[in-house]
Amino acid sequence: MALLLATCIGILAGSGVWLLLRPRTYQVVIGLSLCALAVNLFIFSMGRLRSGAAPVLASTAGTLADYADPVPQALVLTAIVIGFATTALLLVILLAARGLTGTDHVDGQER
Amino acid sequence: MADWANHLIIAPIVLPLVAGALLAVYDERRQFLKGLINLFSTLANLAIAITLLQAAAGDAPGVYLLGNWPAPFGIVLVLDRLSAMLILLTAVLATASLVFSMARWHTVGHHFHTLFQFLIMGVNGAFLTGDLFNLFVFFEVMLASSYGLLLHGSGPRRVQASLHYVVINLTASFFFLIGVALIYGVTGTLNMADLAARIPALAAQNRVLLEVGAAILAMAFLVKAAMWPLGFWLLSAYPAAAPPVAAIFAILSKVGLYALLRLRPMLFGGEAGDAAGYGGTLLFAGGLATIAFGIVGVLASQAMTRIASFSLMISSGTVLAAIGLSDTQVTGGALFYLASSTLTIGAFFLLIELIERGQNPGADLIAVTAETMGTEPDEEDTAIARGVGFPGTLALLGACFLACALLLIGLPPLSGFVAKVALLAGLFAPAGEGSAAGLPVANWAFIVLLLLSGVAALMTLSRVGIRAFWAPVDAVAPRVLAVEVAPVVALLLLTLILSVKGGAVMQYMDDTARSVLAPSSYVEDVLSAPRVPPAKAGLQ
Repeated sequence: MALLLATCIGILAGSGVWLLLRPRTYQVVIGLSLCALAVNLFIFSMGRLRSGAAPVLASTAGTLADYADPVPQALVLTAIVIGFATTALLLVILLAARGLTGTDHVDGQER
Repeated sequence: MADWANHLIIAPIVLPLVAGALLAVYDERRQFLKGLINLFSTLANLAIAITLLQAAAGDAPGVYLLGNWPAPFGIVLVLDRLSAMLILLTAVLATASLVFSMARWHTVGHHFHTLFQFLIMGVNGAFLTGDLFNLFVFFEVMLASSYGLLLHGSGPRRVQASLHYVVINLTASFFFLIGVALIYGVTGTLNMADLAARIPALAAQNRVLLEVGAAILAMAFLVKAAMWPLGFWLLSAYPAAAPPVAAIFAILSKVGLYALLRLRPMLFGGEAGDAAGYGGTLLFAGGLATIAFGIVGVLASQAMTRIASFSLMISSGTVLAAIGLSDTQVTGGALFYLASSTLTIGAFFLLIELIERGQNPGADLIAVTAETMGTEPDEEDTAIARGVGFPGTLALLGACFLACALLLIGLPPLSGFVAKVALLAGLFAPAGEGSAAGLPVANWAFIVLLLLSGVAALMTLSRVGIRAFWAPVDAVAPRVLAVEVAPVVALLLLTLILSVKGGAVMQYMDDTARSVLAPSSYVEDVLSAPRVPPAKAGLQ
């Protein structure tokens, strides 16, 4: 599972960074979204990989080792919300820039 | 009484939040009412900041446990000398730029007042929080509002600049998250004080991961603080912003510096065992490179807004280099310098707009800016009615410009001089070494660059000043309202007060530097903060 997750994060981050360096604004937005996914998965993995373990204490039976770490999950939630909002704002700026400059190049003019 | 004072710690966050939310409700047609609410909230924030500074100067850090959870588990707000001072600085700058914007600028776009309040909330929160993840959240609050404020007034130039600004800051936020996640993965905590307590006991094989995490985290702060290879965004963003926005943005780069100043001694201070001193050389070298880049930029600039932006980079670089040295006396001087330069650059950004109003729009934005951004003059600039305002306008503006120049160069009698003297005094007397031993090369490099930055500012500002005030034969005095000059004059008077009261202020800064560089009492106070006892049941 660790290998699979690491590969996923790697592919997402790699494609994200490549798109981020492209000259079209839309590619940049998609690149940022892919990077955000990679980062979220990464935060998740920092709470150690567990399957079938609840993050919330249900009973006093057992030890804490039977549960997943709730903090990274809370962090991921916050990061998703913030990333979502800022991407929406970026899309608006992208459209405004397209309208004002007449091109979708990130520098506002073709090279 | 003590209870009441303790709850005041959260006021700099709650007040702008409530005011901002309230302002969002009102229609754009009620600009006057919105301005009034914003002004009231900003002034209240200023009063709170002064009270907090007095409280912080007196005793140990004030710790506020949100939701009454004990420290490493719940979220804490911590008020110490450093955060109190920066909150006051923010409040002063916010008041000045708000008053300035009330003349005209607040009407050129939507939701200026709302975004303004949320920006204050984000900045104050970042200064107060004692928790890494909350630092991220407040950073994002601050950045999201700054995206909106940078766009304020719209126009191709601003939209273009914000596109870059937003993308770069979003990328920096990813670095922030990766760094925070790595640090959490290694140490299992996000509370700054708890981190400081746990790092000395960290296993050796985990130390590398911690250092990698801290380095990635620092990337986010260094982008914000505009360290040399990471700070090019600043040069297109700040000159494009509306002047009151650029003035309040002068505090944003200080948030990055604050985070570095706070976290580095805490995570890698003297008590951190093997990890102690990590990253110091890099910060120092980066700071020097930033100063050098700023010097070249100041010399090469034609437009005043660009000169102000490069000066901002120089001041960032100076503080960064001081953080890298982590010497008490140098840090004290750097804090004084930080306060002085923030006020100066805020005032300078406001002043530039008033001066350039009298000139042909874009007259001196020669090839330098024409190449980096479209040459379209802003429509607001051309829309200004020309004519004589109150008499002596040009003389007053000229005096203000002279004061700004003195501050940036570092000449007496204003605080720029005191700040540089304090820094140089610290650099010439390295702690723990006899005067017989020669100065380290690093100190010499810093001293030389610091003095060169003054020379560069002197050359450029005299050139620009002559062109703006003396060269025009048929100079038309710009129409300037008193409400626009007043904030500039007030900020400059504050720097005079900083220099007149230099002894007391320097004493405060030295105490601050001492407590920041030896955070053991901070850590103890946070981790042993008492919970509020449960209230007695009312029915008995």
